[in-house]
Amino acid sequence: MTTMDARSMGTSVRRIEGPDKVTGTAAYAGDTVAAGTLVLHPVQATVARGEITAIDTSAAEAVPGVVAVLTHRDAPRLGDTGDPEHRVLQGTTIHHRGQFVAAVLAEHAEAAAEAARLVVVSVDEAPSTTGFDPDAEAYTPAALGNGQQADTLVGDPDAALAAAPVVVRASYSTPMEHHNPMEPHATTATWIDGRLEVREASQGAELARQTLATLFDAEVTVRSPHVGGGFGTKGFLHAGTVLTVLAARTVPGRPVRFALGRRQMFETVGYRPATVQHMALGAAADGRLEVVAHDVVGATARYKEFVEPAGGSTRSMYAAPHRRTSHRAVPLDLDAPTYMRAPGEAPGSFGLECAVDELAVALDLDPIELRVRNEPDVHPENGLPFSSRGLVECLRTGAERFGWSSWDRAPRRRLVDGWWHGVGVGCGTFPAFRMPGSTAEITFTGGRYVVAIGAADIGQGARTVLTQIAADALGVDVDSIAVEIGSTQVPVGSIAGGSAGTASWGSTVVEAADRFRDKYGDAPDEGDHADAATPDNPWAEEYAMAAYCAQFAEVAVHADTGEIRVPRLLGMFGVGRILNPTLGRSQLQGGMVWGLSMALHEESVVDPRFGEVINHDLAGYHVAANADVRVVEAEWIDEDDAYVNPMGAKGIGEIGIVGVAAAIANAAYHATGVRVRSLPITCDDFLTSGLL
Amino acid sequence: MRPFTYARPDAAADAVATLAADPDARFLAGGTNLLDHLKLGVVEPTQLVDVTGITSTEITELDDGGLRIGAGVPNSDLAADPRVRERYPAVAAAILAGASGQLRNMASTGGNLLQRTRCAYFADPTTPCTKRDLSQGCSARGGWARYHAILGASEHCIATHPSDLAVALVALDAQVQVLGADGARTIPIAAFHRLPGDDPTRDTVLAHGDLVTAVDLPAPTPAVANSTYRKVRDRASYAFALVSAAVALEVREGTVVDVRIALGGVAHKPWRATTAEAALRGRPATDDEFRAAIAAELEAAEPVESPLGGNAYKIPLVTGTVVSTLRGLAGGVA
Amino acid sequence: MTTTIPMSITVDGERHDLDVDPRTTLLDALRERLGITTTKKGCDHGQCGACTVLLDGRRVLSCLTLAVAKDGAHVVTADGLATDGELHPVTEAFLANDAYQCGYCTPGQICSAVGAIDEARRGMPSAVTADLAADVTLDRSEIAERMSGNLCRCAAYVNIVSAVEEAAHR
Repeated sequence: MTTMDARSMGTSVRRIEGPDKVTGTAAYAGDTVAAGTLVLHPVQATVARGEITAIDTSAAEAVPGVVAVLTHRDAPRLGDTGDPEHRVLQGTTIHHRGQFVAAVLAEHAEAAAEAARLVVVSVDEAPSTTGFDPDAEAYTPAALGNGQQADTLVGDPDAALAAAPVVVRASYSTPMEHHNPMEPHATTATWIDGRLEVREASQGAELARQTLATLFDAEVTVRSPHVGGGFGTKGFLHAGTVLTVLAARTVPGRPVRFALGRRQMFETVGYRPATVQHMALGAAADGRLEVVAHDVVGATARYKEFVEPAGGSTRSMYAAPHRRTSHRAVPLDLDAPTYMRAPGEAPGSFGLECAVDELAVALDLDPIELRVRNEPDVHPENGLPFSSRGLVECLRTGAERFGWSSWDRAPRRRLVDGWWHGVGVGCGTFPAFRMPGSTAEITFTGGRYVVAIGAADIGQGARTVLTQIAADALGVDVDSIAVEIGSTQVPVGSIAGGSAGTASWGSTVVEAADRFRDKYGDAPDEGDHADAATPDNPWAEEYAMAAYCAQFAEVAVHADTGEIRVPRLLGMFGVGRILNPTLGRSQLQGGMVWGLSMALHEESVVDPRFGEVINHDLAGYHVAANADVRVVEAEWIDEDDAYVNPMGAKGIGEIGIVGVAAAIANAAYHATGVRVRSLPITCDDFLTSGLL
Repeated sequence: MRPFTYARPDAAADAVATLAADPDARFLAGGTNLLDHLKLGVVEPTQLVDVTGITSTEITELDDGGLRIGAGVPNSDLAADPRVRERYPAVAAAILAGASGQLRNMASTGGNLLQRTRCAYFADPTTPCTKRDLSQGCSARGGWARYHAILGASEHCIATHPSDLAVALVALDAQVQVLGADGARTIPIAAFHRLPGDDPTRDTVLAHGDLVTAVDLPAPTPAVANSTYRKVRDRASYAFALVSAAVALEVREGTVVDVRIALGGVAHKPWRATTAEAALRGRPATDDEFRAAIAAELEAAEPVESPLGGNAYKIPLVTGTVVSTLRGLAGGVA
Repeated sequence: MTTTIPMSITVDGERHDLDVDPRTTLLDALRERLGITTTKKGCDHGQCGACTVLLDGRRVLSCLTLAVAKDGAHVVTADGLATDGELHPVTEAFLANDAYQCGYCTPGQICSAVGAIDEARRGMPSAVTADLAADVTLDRSEIAERMSGNLCRCAAYVNIVSAVEEAAHR
């Protein structure tokens, strides 16, 4: 087994759409200026649960410029996708605050917004539960959000814990978090002669097409040429898209645009649900783990289940003969959670990797050495060999580069200019897999190879990297490749998600290129053409395949105020071949900053009296700003993995965030002696510890 | 947003007269706070009276050695003025600690003082708020109160004032020049902002139609020349204060001769820590004295407990912030 | 019925005459009325910086600016920074340093960077300027602080600072 030869792959080709992005001329879904476009403004439920008893639209309809006001009374009926989020204006039941209960269409935005404010919705409110109580009655989900089983059990963890010489038991909590891509979701929909044309901010135009075709029983074209960040929230379609298409159906021929407001991004497009993670680790005196138990209680929505698979990666991280993961769900009357960058791995690595750090302290052992001692030979639960596993090398090379050994392991030793400094490490993994269902089409025309596949460039650089893959697969320069992606007008593509986009589309492109060269050799004629569907990975059931990382953080905590800063982050990654070092580094660094942001800033605060996220804007919900980010280095080990895909590349969209929050929490402990087990970590945690 | 008309009078007196005649009219200056609130439906004026171009954008020397800052001076220009940077470092530092470069370019000096609270409930008309409507209750009590007041609050309101600049001005005893329907008057900055009491709808003592025309900085004292602004926030930048302190200090031979301390993020108005100042004057400039002085100030503190995050942490935070800042001004490590 | 008000505005060198509803922000006037979508809407409340433009030479947030109040003003968006077909040095530096990913915040970042570099050249201090009375040196820490009003959720911050550093020192 070998990976394909790389000539363009592995080089830092600039982003192909770069000139359009830096001038602003790249058109996103809301950047439509077609004459006659109507603006949609929604009316939203202001209670978390209840029944609509009446809607008075008369005042709204009287606002000059208003074209229509749509409610459940007159909205067209929809087909069934099985997704409750898609049942928009189909009845009177309110499942969550912010739910769309009506929509105003107007000639301009000011009129639409003003009219929406004048719609009077009468509601028979029902009791609701929107605050997450980890001790509330919980149920065992049939499956986790990513399809994994809820519980796993190997051996007898409780007995092993009772017998283990050293035990760490602690509970860690992670809050509700919202994706907040800079581009709020936007849809422009036009019905033309019974056909639907949509411009959508989507991580997968084909999935959007299928969804809309099912809902509206129509021929649908979806275009998403540029997407202003997704991070999971633009994977599955949400209610706003359906609402826009419904409304557009009432005004055939006219484009209807709905760009969500920032507050609506906290009510209708999903989030990462809160978790409380009960960790129990038992070890021998030499640090070898006897037992790993990771019991998760997480929030979900009552009307649509999504359970954060926070214990999932614990199943493969460390060797231990006795092991348990479990997930219980507490249903809430909120909008539905969904995938958010490294769903499961991001919060789950906080619990596991902080607990491992606490175990290292209990054992008086270097936390890197502790992890090395528990490196498994094969996947600890399913027994498969690893296709490649770079964790130990990431730890070793990262420690060297970071200067780990220069720090005294004891906490609270380094006070510099009024700031306590410390270092910490946290590790992580993210599966490397391939999604089926894409088709790549290669046509030689005008002296270039046009490579068409319904991939999505959400900022990860798909357009550029697929160009590089195609160039190498066809044995030509990148200048000879023209990649066409981002719509359903090209052959189908799977979504940009699961860190599997490049692996899936790339494998498909390579397959099509192989066929093309088999048919036409390297001197094709105008119009020569080949296509291929995503090939199965023959090794998928033979090997455990995943990316790994070791994240190193230096943290500073102000000795008087408890302010916490992260002067330095280093991520070492074992991710197979990096296809474009510049773009890859950017993406990994971005993920690491997400980890920093998760560690120090992000928390959606639900006020159960009102059923809403009360810090529902970017002033209240902090994401890391430029000044929060100091030195962030992403590096990788040389890793040759011939089993994952022909390119030898593991996905890098999500691994960047994994383990960072734990590294920062562990560094904060090292700096101050204060162990913070609840995110985000803020000055309060140190001020109320009595240690400052 | 409700429809409104737009007027741009040529003179301040006209602007004042227009507002005096129309209870639903509002002044528009930099607009950074007003536009936000118009969009949110927090305020619903029927007329905007644009005072940019009317209020002065000049910073001029006063006869007594102070400076007069026109109400129209953009925040960024005020912070960049060499006289302000050199003579009133706390003023420049306070402005630079606030908002972003873009917002500081837009926001005016007068408007900065008239910012409304960033209480999340105030900014959400679907939740009750006494500051928006006296007939409603305070949602912040029992709610997300992490940013809220520990001093001088009332049962009706625990909001904090968000201005950084105002905190520095309070420490420096600035004077606010106001033009009203009855003419011009001067209001000491300490008397400009209100505590909520029974009427949290009023942030300041201004009457409807009163226009801030300038802010006067008194001649700098040695303490003011040795002043700074320290802001503690959850992000390293572009965030409102959890707690802030404008502090001026003069120490001679190890003894505090003059000290000014004003606190942000703790009350409905910038909080002049007079108790702490009195406790410090004439005392040694040591951490222990600093700590004791701020502890005396905070005896009146009433933190709020809440399942969504209370603010008791502000007591050690104010203590740490003030002690650290005083120590830094006294020549130690901040 | 809302009365509209006539005004004119010059955007990227081109003068536009239009009638605006007094409620229309500069951002919406650009995007909705003039079809100039190079300026993006990220939050519409002054909390993200995506809508940053240069207004009469200064960086401002177009979402918190009423169009009607800027009659006669000159606006430059990221698309208008180029001169004689040459990309602006800041724009070029963003490309060279991969200082963007999804690209949505990028036009605002670039306008903000142009404004920030100009502010530093004019000697304006920032919150991290150690000595407020001294001259400003635009190091990485200064750049990060001055660019903090532009959120980037892809978190291209490290490269944004590199790009601004490169452009500022050209």
